[in-house]
Amino acid sequence: MNGLPGYNFAYLDEQTKRMIRRALLKAVAIPGYQVPFGSREMPLPYGWGTGGIQVTASILGRKDVLKVIDQGSDDTTNAVNIRRFFNRTADVATTDRTEEATIIQTRHRIPEKPLNENQILVFQVPLPEPMTRLEPHEAVTRKLHALADYGLMHVKLYEDIARYGHIATTYDYPVLVNGRYLMAPSPIPKFDNPKLHMSPALQLFGAGREKRVYAIPPWTRVESLDFEDHPFSIQRWQQVCALCDADDSFLDEVVLDGGGRMFVCSDSDYCRTRQAAGHTGTENTPMEVSA
Amino acid sequence: MSACGRERAEPANDLHVLPLAGGWGAGAPLLRVEGLCKNYGDRVGCADVSFDLHAGEVLAVVGESGSGKSTLLQLLATRLALDAGRMHYQITGRGLVDLKLLSEADRRWLMRTDWGYVEQNPRDGLRMNVSAGANVGERLMAVGARHYGEIRRTAKDWLQRVEMDPARLDELPTGFSGGMQQRLQIARNLVTRPRLVFMDEPTAGLDVSVQARLLDLLRELVTDLGLAAVIVTHDLAVARLLAHRILVMREGRVVETGLTDQVLDDPQHPYTQLLVSSVLQV
Repeated sequence: MNGLPGYNFAYLDEQTKRMIRRALLKAVAIPGYQVPFGSREMPLPYGWGTGGIQVTASILGRKDVLKVIDQGSDDTTNAVNIRRFFNRTADVATTDRTEEATIIQTRHRIPEKPLNENQILVFQVPLPEPMTRLEPHEAVTRKLHALADYGLMHVKLYEDIARYGHIATTYDYPVLVNGRYLMAPSPIPKFDNPKLHMSPALQLFGAGREKRVYAIPPWTRVESLDFEDHPFSIQRWQQVCALCDADDSFLDEVVLDGGGRMFVCSDSDYCRTRQAAGHTGTENTPMEVSA
Repeated sequence: MSACGRERAEPANDLHVLPLAGGWGAGAPLLRVEGLCKNYGDRVGCADVSFDLHAGEVLAVVGESGSGKSTLLQLLATRLALDAGRMHYQITGRGLVDLKLLSEADRRWLMRTDWGYVEQNPRDGLRMNVSAGANVGERLMAVGARHYGEIRRTAKDWLQRVEMDPARLDELPTGFSGGMQQRLQIARNLVTRPRLVFMDEPTAGLDVSVQARLLDLLRELVTDLGLAAVIVTHDLAVARLLAHRILVMREGRVVETGLTDQVLDDPQHPYTQLLVSSVLQV
């Protein structure tokens, strides 16, 4: 079975996939460097993850098991549609379990469960250039990258502290990859930045509209920028997850119908796994384990 | 040899063609410029300009609009490519280095540590969307300062040195007056303690009383820090107040050079005489 009749395996034609793979090889060879590629029109709009989908399509094999998450969750619109897209065009197995997946396409999160060497994480990236807000000319930012001239990024962090008393950037927090290239980690919360560092999994980033791919090879140093007297720190919560009692995961605040609020894990698979293992929070009764 | 394909202008005096003085030793200049040429198509931007600038020396370039002053300044600051000529700069620990042979990374390093460039319009030289403190701190961060408290302290010091209220450290430059923006731009350039500063009409566009205070400040800073400076101005009073030496330009060529007082009190070239005599006396 090949997937959708009339279409090539995983939608893109083989020449396009080859072109993207070549760009990816270059990206892996130069960690954090943005490699231009000929981004294709995809059957969904820019901003929905066209870059990530093209990367996934080019690396997908018939035996791969695909997991797609959006904001940590497997069942949001974006994730459901992208999963179904590959289900139809490539007929690959899909899963919502982090440990079963060989390719995980993600928007805005890195799974809580540590990844392994056999997994590839594909990020959807809206703005690949971390300095774009400070320096709108791409000719200039490319030169700044070439000369590793990254003082500008610290101007931004300085300005944050001067205005808010702390570094107010909480997502898409700039990192230095392998001690050389400044990189936008895509809009993941800074909570996830430490997971980029020395990850055993290959991490690929695709920006469809901006036509760039970049990568962090396995076991690569990734440092978040900071000041000596204002070191990088991740978000912390007073609360624990209301469903699984986890105190080590990224929490979403959910407004309830009655006007109350509760905090739950943004990673739905992590939360479900913990509940299945018998953890309960304040907002639920012990899970009746279904078959 | 005239690289411009034009005749070399008769040197007005000996300062125009400084002898090489037997090797580039201790008395070597900070900046040595030989036969700079730049054409814009058929038009001459700058033709055959040569001079030496020593550490701590202030050189004013005067002349009417379109005489090539700004072109010269941009050539010196390596913002424009030369058509012909050579420039050597004394880099600490490396001696006189041909700027053309310097890698781009080295040149940028030079421009943000050892050099400064004060734009005529402070909006061109400042980042208008970040605070005064970030503007002053940018160069420090570019050369590796990573301690917020110290960057801030230094920035505050510099605001005081340019006679600005340090309480305005966190304000955006958009809220500053023209004179204050110019002060901020000067602070931003001097924070890395450069040895050479280029200034393009630093007091133009300011009202007269603000001009006077700014000139006062500039004179003080230049003496205190031992700065060498090249100041482009059409205002002979600015030259008189700040400069040790003066270079009079017309149609891209240097028509007269010499000590400031000497040139302004006893101009030799007819054009300089015209320039000096056309200053309004109040």
